[in-house]
Amino acid sequence: MVPITTLHYLVVAAALFVLGVIGVLTRRNVVIVLMSIELILNAVNLNLVAFSRLYGLHGQIFAIFVITDAAAEAAVGLGILIAFFRNKETVNVDEVDLLKW
Amino acid sequence: MQPVATTFFFYFLALVTVISGVLVITRRNPVHSALALILALLGQAGLYLMLYAPFVAGVQIILYAGGIMVLFLFVIMLVSIERAQKEEQFNNMWVVGVLAALVLGGLFTGVYVKGRDLFAGREIALPEQSNTQQIAVLLYGNYMFAFEIASLLLLVAIIGAVVMAKKRI
Amino acid sequence: MIEYITSYLKSDTTPGQAGNFLWAFIYILLIFLGLSVAVIAMNWLERKILAHMQVRLGPMRVGPHGLLQPIADAIKLLIKEDIMPSESDPFVFWTAPLIVVLTAFTVFIVVPFGPTHAVTDMNIGVLFMLGVSSLSVLGVVMAGWASNSHYPLMGALRSSAQMVSYEIAMGLAVISAVLMTSFNPSGTGTLSMIGIVQAQEAQSTWFIFKFFPLGLIAFFVFAVAMVAETNRAPFDLPEAESELTAGFHTEYSGFRWSLFFLAEYSAMIAVSSIAVTLWLGGWLRPFPHWLSGETWDLVFSLFPGLTFLAMAGLTFYSVARMPKHPYFRAQTMGLAGFGALLGLIGLVLFAPLVRDRVQDIYWFAAKVAGFMYLYIWYRGTFPRYRFDQLMKVGWKILLPIGLGVLIVTAILGIAL
Repeated sequence: MVPITTLHYLVVAAALFVLGVIGVLTRRNVVIVLMSIELILNAVNLNLVAFSRLYGLHGQIFAIFVITDAAAEAAVGLGILIAFFRNKETVNVDEVDLLKW
Repeated sequence: MQPVATTFFFYFLALVTVISGVLVITRRNPVHSALALILALLGQAGLYLMLYAPFVAGVQIILYAGGIMVLFLFVIMLVSIERAQKEEQFNNMWVVGVLAALVLGGLFTGVYVKGRDLFAGREIALPEQSNTQQIAVLLYGNYMFAFEIASLLLLVAIIGAVVMAKKRI
Repeated sequence: MIEYITSYLKSDTTPGQAGNFLWAFIYILLIFLGLSVAVIAMNWLERKILAHMQVRLGPMRVGPHGLLQPIADAIKLLIKEDIMPSESDPFVFWTAPLIVVLTAFTVFIVVPFGPTHAVTDMNIGVLFMLGVSSLSVLGVVMAGWASNSHYPLMGALRSSAQMVSYEIAMGLAVISAVLMTSFNPSGTGTLSMIGIVQAQEAQSTWFIFKFFPLGLIAFFVFAVAMVAETNRAPFDLPEAESELTAGFHTEYSGFRWSLFFLAEYSAMIAVSSIAVTLWLGGWLRPFPHWLSGETWDLVFSLFPGLTFLAMAGLTFYSVARMPKHPYFRAQTMGLAGFGALLGLIGLVLFAPLVRDRVQDIYWFAAKVAGFMYLYIWYRGTFPRYRFDQLMKVGWKILLPIGLGVLIVTAILGIAL
């Protein structure tokens, strides 16, 4: 069989990225949109770590920082979600239209 | 240590990750989506191990699968209402969304096909025995400033999340 | 074939390092069997020791002195009806005990029973252990959620909040121990479990005694955090029977409940193994450097056989005290047979070939057994913490102490 090269990992990362983008663009449930954003961040991480195999450990350190940022962003995003849910009692993104004219 | 059965493990882990990704975006019940995301994260940790990055794999399991996903499950339990699971799951413009994402995928494929020979066979043999030590040297040496800023960012995120979710400020 | 087996016994790496699937599989089977025996023994020991602490006798009827009680419990659990609540989510309900059991057993991949007696020696062993035990919180949350009932949900939320809080204190204590490994003569620390024990050997102190009393305080923080992490008394509010009607596993019956039970005891043994590896010197015998030499090695290698012979002696003593009534004949003969089995194992452990190989495993198991006794002792002695007191202890007391120990260890390590 073909030996596993960096390209294989990049293809997996691209697939995860596309799946995450589909999730963000098409789902109505806010929580699932946030989870799709986590999928996108994971795809980027896989890309970084795959390239760090070629170019040194800097990619892995960047990946660690991305994971840290994802944690912070998930916490704040879910806090906003809870605040909004307390007011409007829905998790549907289509109903987040208070500022719509 | 000699790598063993790399091809089989790569395809197995990649399949687990991608199929779990598909399950994340298509399940009706958000708890099932969260479980599929946990599986995707664990599969990804396995892929990191295959890329000779054991420290990042450990951090992924502890932080992502053991921390962030617990947070997601808590919030899902708090905001999950039966009405949301019975109504329409995909929004009206789903065709356009999928098409746009597929065009993006086509862009990626084009880049990879054209640039296939750009990074062939130059893989550094990263010794996995001292991976943690080398990361520590870099993290506390070159990237010390970013490390401190990241801790400040986490502090701000904690304060922000607590303020956001309080009943009365 | 024989050469293959004996050539492996002379190997100097773990099966994981050598990439040897067959031996890794055999080790995993042995660990699984050993854990099952340990959980059964723990069940019996807990009921007997707790009873004796409360000045009563405990199970005495089922076998001689209740020795067959765990087996009777297992049979009862297996033949019970498997109830699933009607409104529950079947998939989540089914996978929750699976996740808890899987994570409790996966920790044992990195636990070292000897210098080469681990399934594998990952060089991020400590990180792996912390991560996998933090995955068990997911199983608890899922169990409470899928039961679709108030008590399990509250129990699951409380239990997961408690486990997450004490994970942080546990992590800080572990980091202090890992920091102590870097005070090696060679100058670099290590995250691998076997490396930590070898660092203790190289520095010729157990880390609990290092920079006295710093190691002791770090060990104390970890000991308290590990009891809270496994939801055991005095931190067992989420699952105590008088508080929340058994908390997150209320709606589970029969085999699924026994999976939770198995996972709880395995998690107890797992965190005790980690505490033993990190602070108490793993498989090292007491005083390896102070009392060294041929004769002391011989004396200490007689300990395994002597322990089993002492247990056999105790058994024969209780055989002599059995009532001399014909109804008790079967029990007396059973107890005498058990005593003979223990004595036989003790005699086998005196043989020189077996003696050398069993040393490491014996000292490791003895230290973990000490921890198990401590767990049962805590359950019999301490009153239960209320939930807000529990969270206060985790965040306001253990976390600052852990941070302080870490900073002082670092300062002392550089200064000395």
